[in-house]
Amino acid sequence: MTQQTRRYPLPLLVGLVLISIIFIMAVLSIFWLPYQLGDTSGSRLGAPSLHHWFGTDKLGRDLLSRIMIGARIAFEVGLLSVAIGAFLGVLLGLGAGFAQRWMDESFSALLDILIAFPTLLLAMLIVATRGASLTSAIVAIGLGMSAIIARLTRLLVKRVLTQDYITASRASGTSWPRVIVVHILPNIWPTLIVIFALQFGLAGLTEASLSYLGLGSPPPNASWGSLLQEAQATVLTAPIAAIVPGLLLIALVIGMNMIADGLREVADPTMRRSR
Amino acid sequence: MKILDVTDLSVKSGTGLALVSNVSFSLEPGARLGLIGESGSGKSLTALAIMGLLPTELNVSGSVLLSDGKTASQQILDAPEKVLNQIRGAVVSIVFQEPLTALDPLMKTGKQLAEPLRRWHGLKGATLQAEIFNALDEVRIGNPKRIADSYPYEISGGERQRAAIAMALACKPALLIADEPTTALDVTVQAEVLALLDTVVASRGMSLLFISHDLAVVSRITDSVLVLKDGEVVEAGSLQNILNEPKHPYTRELVSSAKELDAALTISARSGGDHDISNS
Repeated sequence: MTQQTRRYPLPLLVGLVLISIIFIMAVLSIFWLPYQLGDTSGSRLGAPSLHHWFGTDKLGRDLLSRIMIGARIAFEVGLLSVAIGAFLGVLLGLGAGFAQRWMDESFSALLDILIAFPTLLLAMLIVATRGASLTSAIVAIGLGMSAIIARLTRLLVKRVLTQDYITASRASGTSWPRVIVVHILPNIWPTLIVIFALQFGLAGLTEASLSYLGLGSPPPNASWGSLLQEAQATVLTAPIAAIVPGLLLIALVIGMNMIADGLREVADPTMRRSR
Repeated sequence: MKILDVTDLSVKSGTGLALVSNVSFSLEPGARLGLIGESGSGKSLTALAIMGLLPTELNVSGSVLLSDGKTASQQILDAPEKVLNQIRGAVVSIVFQEPLTALDPLMKTGKQLAEPLRRWHGLKGATLQAEIFNALDEVRIGNPKRIADSYPYEISGGERQRAAIAMALACKPALLIADEPTTALDVTVQAEVLALLDTVVASRGMSLLFISHDLAVVSRITDSVLVLKDGEVVEAGSLQNILNEPKHPYTRELVSSAKELDAALTISARSGGDHDISNS
């Protein structure tokens, strides 16, 4: 309708602000850093100052610079792992959604097993065979995520398939591929986008756990997880080194949660009328 | 040449329960047939079988031959999906009971209507737009522009059903199946939609298979009927014969309840009361 005012829900805006802060740090880090990562000119474990806003680490490196790199890593992990998870997950889920009888049952069982398999364990397996790297972490997180997305997609597809408009569309001669593109994907999209956003935040958290265990991105490109791990030994004397990455991780997850919530309302036109 | 020829159509559930048993009937070009029965009598399954849309877990046997009146008949029951997609919409199409669920909730009405038009007539751009308005105009939608630009939940039940009818008619089918098309509508809209179906089917010279549980509704639009009970044909013939001399007890019941309703309506019309007629 023409008079429809596009008012965005408050959680979406708050989420966007939180994620924007991280995003700006991430983008900025590509072109400019306050100090190069090899620069150990600062005092060891220096307190926050005008020159080093978040202080320095035990080697005298600027923490802000390292945190900015961490933001970039969090975004890379989020985007790439969601891309992997979404592609595999939606494809698998569509297949499982269309499968019937024993095919459907074996699909579901397979997905349940995949979901029960901890991402951390999967990551360790991949790291064991390919070595610790950001790529290994992203692949592991993406694979783990694809099972979750596939199971949800399967349910959504099954539900949409029972709807009359699918039968009606097929009754007018629409082929299955076209039905998928025109009716099924648009109708499961509002729910999927919420899961993608949620998983984006969670991917950052999982990567932090992997890095904390030394299974993620190797130094000096430290992710927030490695920063937390490094700060652990000196947390009583220099708490800021643990607090800032911790808060940013929380902002990432909560921000993506809020965006997910808001997106559902924006993506689904039938929900707009209630506002 | 017959438009539709159903012979010994039987549908069984996966567990072997008979849902439709040995149903046979046929339709000449321009002919109309009412399919009457209560819910669970197998009338909707019969409609789905004709469209080749039965769920795969059901076992179907018999024969369903469809023709557009010009080319040779095509067997539906064992036809591959590719062949069926050429028939659905162009030879036979269907209007469902509940237009709110039969239209994609996330797609504007005009865009849904554009789908079959684009596919079958290869239209696009301004011609497609004009054809959408034409199609909505044919089903007497007052403001085609507004309807085309609205989501299904934004328009009224009558408008939705008209839009669904426009979609079913878009590919100029030879046979229209109407599966309880007025049941979900309120009474005044019911009459309008029935009248609309009547004129459109007549002006296009289409055949009509009208499915309903309501003899009174069927009697307004078709001239012959087939009465289904528990998946079996219990009576068939012209509307006149069945109304005057129903043979099967179930048909007698249908006729008498239809007459009672009619009488009640006449009385309430005379006394000026406006009774709400439920479909029980």
